[in-house]
Amino acid sequence: MGEHRHTATIDAGESDTFAYLCTGCPLGCRLEVDVVDGDVIEVRGFSCKKGERYGAQEHTDPRRAVSTTVWLVGGPVERLPVRAAEPVPKDAVLSLVRELHGLEVHAPVEVGQTIATDVAGTGIDVIATRAVQPKEQLPVAG
Amino acid sequence: MPVTAATRHLDDRYQVTIVGAGPAGLAAAVAAREQGAERILLVDRDAEPGGILRQCIHSGFGLQAFSEDVTGPEYAHRFVERVLERDVDVLTDAYVTDVSRDLRVKLMSPSTGVTSVETGGVVLSTGARERTRAQIRIPGERPAGVMTAGLAQKMVNLHGYLPGQRVVILGSGDIGLIMARRLILEGVEVLGVFELLPHPSGLGRNVVQCLDDFGIPLHLSTTVIDIHGHDRVERVTVAPVDEERRPLTDQAWDIPCDTVLLSVGLIPDGELARQLHLSLDQRTGGPVVTSTYETSLPGVFSAGNNLHINDLADWVSQEANVAGAAAADVALGRVRARQDVAVTPGTNVRYVVPHTLSTDLTQTVSFRVKEPIYGDTILRVGEAHRRKVRAVVPAEMVTIKLGPKVLESFAGETLRVDAIPAAAADDLAAAGDDEQ
Ligand SMILES: Cc1cc2nc3c(=O)[nH]c(=O)nc-3n(C[C@H](O)[C@H](O)[C@H](O)COP(=O)(O)OP(=O)(O)OC[C@H]3O[C@@H](n4cnc5c(N)ncnc54)[C@H](O)[C@@H]3O)c2cc1C
Ligand code: SF4
Repeated sequence: MGEHRHTATIDAGESDTFAYLCTGCPLGCRLEVDVVDGDVIEVRGFSCKKGERYGAQEHTDPRRAVSTTVWLVGGPVERLPVRAAEPVPKDAVLSLVRELHGLEVHAPVEVGQTIATDVAGTGIDVIATRAVQPKEQLPVAG
Repeated sequence: MPVTAATRHLDDRYQVTIVGAGPAGLAAAVAAREQGAERILLVDRDAEPGGILRQCIHSGFGLQAFSEDVTGPEYAHRFVERVLERDVDVLTDAYVTDVSRDLRVKLMSPSTGVTSVETGGVVLSTGARERTRAQIRIPGERPAGVMTAGLAQKMVNLHGYLPGQRVVILGSGDIGLIMARRLILEGVEVLGVFELLPHPSGLGRNVVQCLDDFGIPLHLSTTVIDIHGHDRVERVTVAPVDEERRPLTDQAWDIPCDTVLLSVGLIPDGELARQLHLSLDQRTGGPVVTSTYETSLPGVFSAGNNLHINDLADWVSQEANVAGAAAADVALGRVRARQDVAVTPGTNVRYVVPHTLSTDLTQTVSFRVKEPIYGDTILRVGEAHRRKVRAVVPAEMVTIKLGPKVLESFAGETLRVDAIPAAAADDLAAAGDDEQ
């Protein structure tokens, strides 16, 4: 999978070029990021502005959308899906998810409800991605 | 706004009945209502609507539908709200056992027992099934610990069970890639993903974010040739394959593990389609359809993974918009579109959906390529339309919109859909010129 790896090629002059795959959308544009003295000077290979921003961001401060589940008490299933309210620094993903491991949430739950704040010292909150009715109010079929 | 609502009373006649309440069924219900149908029934065998999205807790949904990146459950929630706002009868915990050729839908549920409803139009939106071990013929024993990636996803994300502690993933489909990351986050060891083909079958972003980020190795042109263990999986034997995909057994090696997840693709759930004797497309595994997604049996429509395997829920919703609206049209006795142009897969195209187009409609042609082309590529729909794109890969479905203006002069013809490198297309054009 060489083409997806982040490879560095040292230019004969003074700039480095790093290769990234834009994950901004399923198109997956192959980006090249030119860096001089640690500063991004040019991004190439994108098909839209989002890709240009992504290339610079991925080089300087890579972040990821993070989803996981926590225990749900009094719901129709045992797990409640949750996500980080904003992109998480790549290096903090594991610690953020692991801090949520034992967490239990009781029904009812609203979509977007805050489940935990400032998780693993990232300053990022975690929110619910589904709603859960209180059990007694679950509509009865028939 | 409640996210689940169960119908308390079932009519014996509906204008449109929709089987399956995943993104396809939900969108079809909304569209049928907008098109003027008043009595709409949406049935699902699960306890809640949402389909596979309930277990797809990751983001990557909604970029087309909402111009926003949301998770599967959030995507489902928005569509469920739209459905409930429109006074559709939603019957959950209800299994559709049979649809007859005169459009009677037979269903079974704890609340209604066995009952049937008459309907003016039916949308089949029952989704897909995962390919299993038998279908890919792995030899070896039959110990516990071998399961499809989607089943593991359901166990982990809905019920909180882990499938094992040391996992090998066979196949690089998106579900397998997503599950590799999911299991790592849950503290499970993921020993590698093994793909028979020389390229990953999942999306590039999933390779980066689910494997590379966590240092999970992806072994291309490599496959699992044997699974060992009596009660439980103990180890697998893997081997690289040659160009003809034959395992090079002299280079095989063993990996101790307790679980094998299969991520080797989905196939449309064809149960009701087969019962109805619909014409099926061998390439997609789903029904043959018109550009409004009507099958060979008038009044029966198909959308979403029931029609062909989609990589984006957004495409599913768009397809189902068309199918739901057309089902309402048929139920209300409106005139059908002409369906006077045929489309068929050509060079480097695995399949094309739909199978006919209308010169009096604007419609979407969806297709998948056989082999990836990295670099300028020409997509061609007969002589009617060409588009240049940067790359095509089998993991990503391609869609092209075609309207009356473009199709006008092709009534009665068959258009071949091709995906070829731009350079080759130029050569072909040049050769064509020479002949004239
Ligand atoms: C792991 C995974 C990851 C994905 N990732 C993404 C992503 O990042 N972005 C994206 O846009 N898309 C993604 N997709 C694709 C998208 O989720 C699917 O294409 C879409 O959900 C298919 O919708 P559907 O309505 O056709 O089928 P489903 O969602 O499968 O719904 C079918 C429904 O029909 C019901 N049903 C079946 N048979 C019967 C019957 N006989 N009677 C009653 N009910 C019945 C089932 O219970 C189910 O609820 C992913 C899919 C998977 C599996
Ligand atoms: S550059 Fe734009 S079009 Fe290309 S992958 Fe990134 S977001 Fe998609």
